[in-house]
Amino acid sequence: MAKYIAKRVGLAIVTIWAVATITFFLMNMVPGGPFLSEKAISPQATAALEAKYGLDKPLFQRYLTYIGDALHGDFGDSLKQRGRTVMDIIKMKFPVSARVGGLTVCVALLLGIPLGCIAALKRGKFLDSLISVVATCGIAVPSFVICTLLLYFFGVKLMLLPTVGLSSWKHFVMPVMALSFYPTAYIMRLMRSSMLDVLGQDYMRTAKAKGVAGFFILFKHALRNAILPVITYVGPMLAYTVTGSFVVEKIFTIPGLGGEFITAINGRDYTLIMGTTIFLATLIVIMNVVVDIVYKFVDPRIKLK
Amino acid sequence: MKQNPISFQLKLNPEDFLPATEEEKQSQVIMRESVSFWKDGMRRLVKNKVAMVSIAVIILVMIFSFIVPAFYPYSYKEQMKGANNLRPMQYSEEEQARIDAGEKVFPHIFGTDKMGRDYAIRVMMGSRISLLVGLIATGIILIIGSAYGSIAAFFGGWVDLIMMRIVDIIYTVPDILLIVLLSFALKAPLGNLKTVPGFGWVGIVGENLISIFVVFALLYWVGMARMVRSQVLMLKESEYVTAARALGVGNAKIIKRHLLTNCIGTLIVTTTLQIPSSIFTESFLSFLGMGVAVPLPSLGSLASDAINGMNTYPYLLFIPALLISLIILSFNLLGDGLRDAFDPKLKN
Repeated sequence: MAKYIAKRVGLAIVTIWAVATITFFLMNMVPGGPFLSEKAISPQATAALEAKYGLDKPLFQRYLTYIGDALHGDFGDSLKQRGRTVMDIIKMKFPVSARVGGLTVCVALLLGIPLGCIAALKRGKFLDSLISVVATCGIAVPSFVICTLLLYFFGVKLMLLPTVGLSSWKHFVMPVMALSFYPTAYIMRLMRSSMLDVLGQDYMRTAKAKGVAGFFILFKHALRNAILPVITYVGPMLAYTVTGSFVVEKIFTIPGLGGEFITAINGRDYTLIMGTTIFLATLIVIMNVVVDIVYKFVDPRIKLK
Repeated sequence: MKQNPISFQLKLNPEDFLPATEEEKQSQVIMRESVSFWKDGMRRLVKNKVAMVSIAVIILVMIFSFIVPAFYPYSYKEQMKGANNLRPMQYSEEEQARIDAGEKVFPHIFGTDKMGRDYAIRVMMGSRISLLVGLIATGIILIIGSAYGSIAAFFGGWVDLIMMRIVDIIYTVPDILLIVLLSFALKAPLGNLKTVPGFGWVGIVGENLISIFVVFALLYWVGMARMVRSQVLMLKESEYVTAARALGVGNAKIIKRHLLTNCIGTLIVTTTLQIPSSIFTESFLSFLGMGVAVPLPSLGSLASDAINGMNTYPYLLFIPALLISLIILSFNLLGDGLRDAFDPKLKN
């Protein structure tokens, strides 16, 4: 177990390093720079700024410096938002996105798993068809369509919910609804098909024949086996959701990390791009390792090697 | 002749050796042709009502977006004076005057946008772009993904380990970052390319759209590669692969002829399900303003443009939104139907 975790962590570090390297060189290949768009700035001032942030040095030397600093936990200052470090910005924006994203994952799990189970248990009945239709539609409708429809009906026509910002619980309703649509539908489908698979297994019949109560059959024998694919999906999804959705943050003007990332890319804020990319990559990689370990606890038959 | 009671000897009579009657011959005739893989699958597909309806919807959308615009009296970039923000079926003053003079004017079925362009034709062109992106991108993904996945699985060991680690890394890079960076990075080279004779199409298609294709080619094949790899890992242990190798067939040919043809069911299904997700991604990018170049519409950019005027002209938003959901939904349902028809074991 310890050896396995050590190996996975080693691979994770290699992955993060590769992502950082790809991003660094690609980002610098792109024409334009962080100080080009600013108004009325003299060439001398630009040169001074570039010297201050070390942008005048050769690319490879900058790469080595950056990686060295990043290994010490120093991700540098933002090039555009003067006086703030990249860490400050992530610390400020991430909780906003994480709150919306965390709620989204909860909603998706709390709705998706039971509904998927019900559909599998009532296979071929009306309820199953209804759930399947809703799930297929949920996968087919892009999030920006859902966002705008919600905004139109609840925000503009009915005036029930506020449309901008995140200051009360009411503000969370629409973004969370819009974000959780797709994962809920996806989990429903996953849960239904894996539950159907498990229900057809021999051990289910054995359990029933031995007279295990329905409640225990469902929760101990069926659910525990059927939930594995959902865990695989939820891990990386959690990482992507808590770091913020670009579209939803743009439409509902939520001051989160997703929107910050787009602004950073468009403004060539090199350090902020690198910081957020490494942050996201680390989260995804950690979630993948966690998923594998959780697997082991849910299904002891799985051997980690 | 006396028979041993425990013998297995047959009791044969002289009648058993008579020629067969016509009736007996009839019963031996094969009534049905042997059912091939394709026929069997198609038979199951045709029975599936949902899949057939989705095919009909897809064909309708294709007619609507590829054939109808050729006969349509307006063009997607033609700006009509005084015809800004018309309601559906409404005419501008100038057009009304022409109608009063006895001329026939084709109605603006969906009205016009704020630049005075006919919205119906823009929606048609938009769905054409979205469909094209979906199909071409999926083609790219299919080629790269199946080649990569099958090579990784076939050679196994270190090759597999390294190739799959690369897949993991690509999976981790935020796609939006690569798309934006690539579209900026490719702008200058593509801009130069479009002045080279023979490459004029680059300008029409637009640099952004080409960078979307490049990004698909770089990023989105990983799912397909994983799928193919898992199939090939299973198939490469089959006897026919050993037999082919014993006969001296080369690696490349085994992969192409034996392994990939045997996972054709999975390939069809994954490809069909990839089309809607490519359309999804394109519309998402166009919505963020990183998709198609300006005069060309796509369903995503139409929806994005319509958001600002949502209060007054909600139909400008609803039409592309509805159409894009319809396209993605029917491709998804068709993919499910194909899966049930050609690859039943994939279902669970």
